Amino acid sequence: MSFRDYAPAPESTAILNLRPHYGLYIDGQWTEGGGGSITSISPATEKSIAEISMADSSDIDRAVLAARKSYDTVWSRMSGAERGKYLYRIARLIQERAREFAVAETLDNGKPIRETRDIDIPLVAAWFFHYAGWADKLDYAGLGPNPSALGVAGQIIPWNFPLLMLAWKVAPALAAGNTVVLKPAETTPLTALMFADICQQAGLPAGVVNIVPGHGGVAGTALVEHAGVNKIAFTGSTAVGRNIARTLAGTETRVTLELGGKGANIVFDDAAVDEAVEGIIAGIFFNQGHVCCAGSRLLVQENIQDEVVEKLTRRLATLRLGDPLDKNTDIGAVNSKAQLARITAIAETGEAEGATRWTLDCEIPSKGFWFRPTIFTNVTTSNTVARDEIFGPVLSVLSFRTPDEAIIKANNTPYGLSAGIWTQNASRMLRVADSLRAGVVWANTFNQFDPTSPFGGYKESGYGREGGRHGLAAYLANGGAR
Amino acid sequence: MEFSDRELSLRAARLYYDDGKTQDEIGDILGITRWKAGRLLALARETGIVAISIVDSADTAEVRPPNGIVVTDRSRAQGVTDSGSLRRFLHGLAAVDAIGLEERAGRLATRSIKNDSKRAALDTIIRLIDLTTLEGADTPGKVRSLVRKAILPDPSDLTAPRVAAVCVYPDMVQHAVAALGSHQGDGVTGIGVASVATAFPSGRSSLDIKLADTRYAVSQGATEIDMVIDRGAFLSGDFDTVFNEIVEVHRACGRPDGTRAHLKVICETGELRTYDNIKRASWLAILAGADFIKTSTGKVQPAATLPTTVLMLEVVRDWFNLTGERIGVKPAGGIRQSKDAIRYLVAVAEVAGDEWIDPHLFRFGASSLLNDVLLQRQKMTTGHYSGLDYVTVD
Repeated sequence: MSFRDYAPAPESTAILNLRPHYGLYIDGQWTEGGGGSITSISPATEKSIAEISMADSSDIDRAVLAARKSYDTVWSRMSGAERGKYLYRIARLIQERAREFAVAETLDNGKPIRETRDIDIPLVAAWFFHYAGWADKLDYAGLGPNPSALGVAGQIIPWNFPLLMLAWKVAPALAAGNTVVLKPAETTPLTALMFADICQQAGLPAGVVNIVPGHGGVAGTALVEHAGVNKIAFTGSTAVGRNIARTLAGTETRVTLELGGKGANIVFDDAAVDEAVEGIIAGIFFNQGHVCCAGSRLLVQENIQDEVVEKLTRRLATLRLGDPLDKNTDIGAVNSKAQLARITAIAETGEAEGATRWTLDCEIPSKGFWFRPTIFTNVTTSNTVARDEIFGPVLSVLSFRTPDEAIIKANNTPYGLSAGIWTQNASRMLRVADSLRAGVVWANTFNQFDPTSPFGGYKESGYGREGGRHGLAAYLANGGAR
Repeated sequence: MEFSDRELSLRAARLYYDDGKTQDEIGDILGITRWKAGRLLALARETGIVAISIVDSADTAEVRPPNGIVVTDRSRAQGVTDSGSLRRFLHGLAAVDAIGLEERAGRLATRSIKNDSKRAALDTIIRLIDLTTLEGADTPGKVRSLVRKAILPDPSDLTAPRVAAVCVYPDMVQHAVAALGSHQGDGVTGIGVASVATAFPSGRSSLDIKLADTRYAVSQGATEIDMVIDRGAFLSGDFDTVFNEIVEVHRACGRPDGTRAHLKVICETGELRTYDNIKRASWLAILAGADFIKTSTGKVQPAATLPTTVLMLEVVRDWFNLTGERIGVKPAGGIRQSKDAIRYLVAVAEVAGDEWIDPHLFRFGASSLLNDVLLQRQKMTTGHYSGLDYVTVD
């Protein structure tokens, strides 16, 4: 046996205490939804995890009313310091149950346990800790004196970082004094429902957090259109985001949208090449490429292109694809059959349009949804794989000759969420960063997240910022405006 | 004042060979004719005041231009033929991003090695150990005891493999060789005898003494030489001195029968400090003829670290991709626990490749590591931890 054939090291699921059926969590109670139910499956095995009740528009109505009532009677009257106590309590409970949440997230989403254990769940706790600290300091958020909450926030989150996206939305909303109605994604409701348990454990007043799984077209639409909602925060596709913006145009409801991306990862010839290769991999193969801010376009200076691509493919051969619960797995399962079909179709288009395809030679499990890490070279800027968001483990390699060309090519996309710069030349790094129209620009690293740092997009990647002090602004009315 | 012919010959030779004066000028300076000057120079050669050796230019390793480097086959193939090209080569290497490198090492350290893999890893680690004692208090008895441990690490479990080599000071080599007897080999065929040399650990002595140190160790029967580079010269930017010393020591590793001891070059990464320096020193050592690049003497902190070892593994991987030749890597100092050693093994497999998991290409410089591995092995066999009383002290 070669040493590299590491023996299986699966994380045990014994820590989970799942219920066979989950309802909706409204007004501090578990209730049944009127929208039927679905079976949530593990994308790695296609085995069912639990039955989930789905909300219809009347359930959304109930949830919004509950949120309104708790806002009026409890949450808006509570001091910031008191709200902060609840948030600290939630953060600590998540830390205490971190392993359980990591296993559940991996099971439900398909992402490797290494990521949920080391990245997703620790960040969730960090987000609650960060905003817990803000709850009694809103006067100092730079929004003028005495800023006020908006009221009821409707929040719709995607399936790629289920619990982390919940934290990004719920933590600042509660810290700012809002109550929330949150709709998790259809394929990944599990950890949001477990989070409802955390709210109960923390003794959070009923109705402050309401979790309503449902279909986007039913529950999502009802939430967006509900007149009792003061704010909609959405993370997801640009198409849905556009619909939301259209629906809410001309209303008083505030909106923030965090949508798609086609991030450029720019590697200059004076980069630390080995570390850049790691960053390229972190940029596109983290979370199977299901990352809106993924560095899905590699822009590499032409004079080092061959070296970089060779090192990249060599390094990719050491990635381990398979059981997401195995602690040595680097690449997990694609989240759903539909997403797998989409990735497959775009990759085929890219190949048909003339790009050269390289695919990692590895075995894939017989059950579940899997896509081998793929790199396209000889990609022209007009190729579909260079323009469309793939949301999968597919990297397009383009080249450039000068910094100006790199900037033009990086900005040549309707999106503007993220970008990366790899150079050891600090003045070039700053100049290029200044010229990139992307909400987040990473230098000599990629896909790093921190609750103190704002995150959001330019252009079709959406508007509004989440994270840090800026993230509070999305949930507060300017001081004195009241 | 009258001078003897011998004294005049000496003065004439100095003027002619050191100062480049002509025979005419020498005549003027010494107050003699130029013919007399010519005769004095001839006398100087005949009496051995002046020794001239003629070097075949094909053997360029012998040619050492003033302020230059001794070109090696490896360096010539990379276009490194003088001071300037050596400097340009080392400064032309891609930079190392410290945060990125440490993150990569940290990620490798999260691999979970269990069951069969762990068992295989533990045995592999033993096979890769250079079991070391480098103390002023070393005695023949201590070395004999170390050698017995190297041959039979676990008397209670004869399935435990032997280590790759023992590593001692030069004057202890003879005792190690004698104690090993027929167990001696090259790390794979038997146990190697590694000796530190070149004024280990500081390297602060003259080249002649370093070479004599090396020759002595080889003559005593060392099969591997662990030399230190001149860190002072490296840090002052004098790459030539560092390079030439390695070349000379490499030659001093030769034996009369034409074979030679293998050369490990210790960069002492704890004194070079930056990853860029460590990367340059690693490339320099390889160009100068190293068979192995080694992190540390174990006498300076920090000694071996995982990021440093990952970096060296990247260098030997790149060298292999460039030339098809495999160079070894030896982290040394501070690796005391099995779980740490397993992380290094993961790094070897994932950064350089499985081929490097071989005593010819990877070694752990360690002493207390062996007992921890044996304890882990016993635990895997018996299902419970024993304790330090159940492994031998050496």
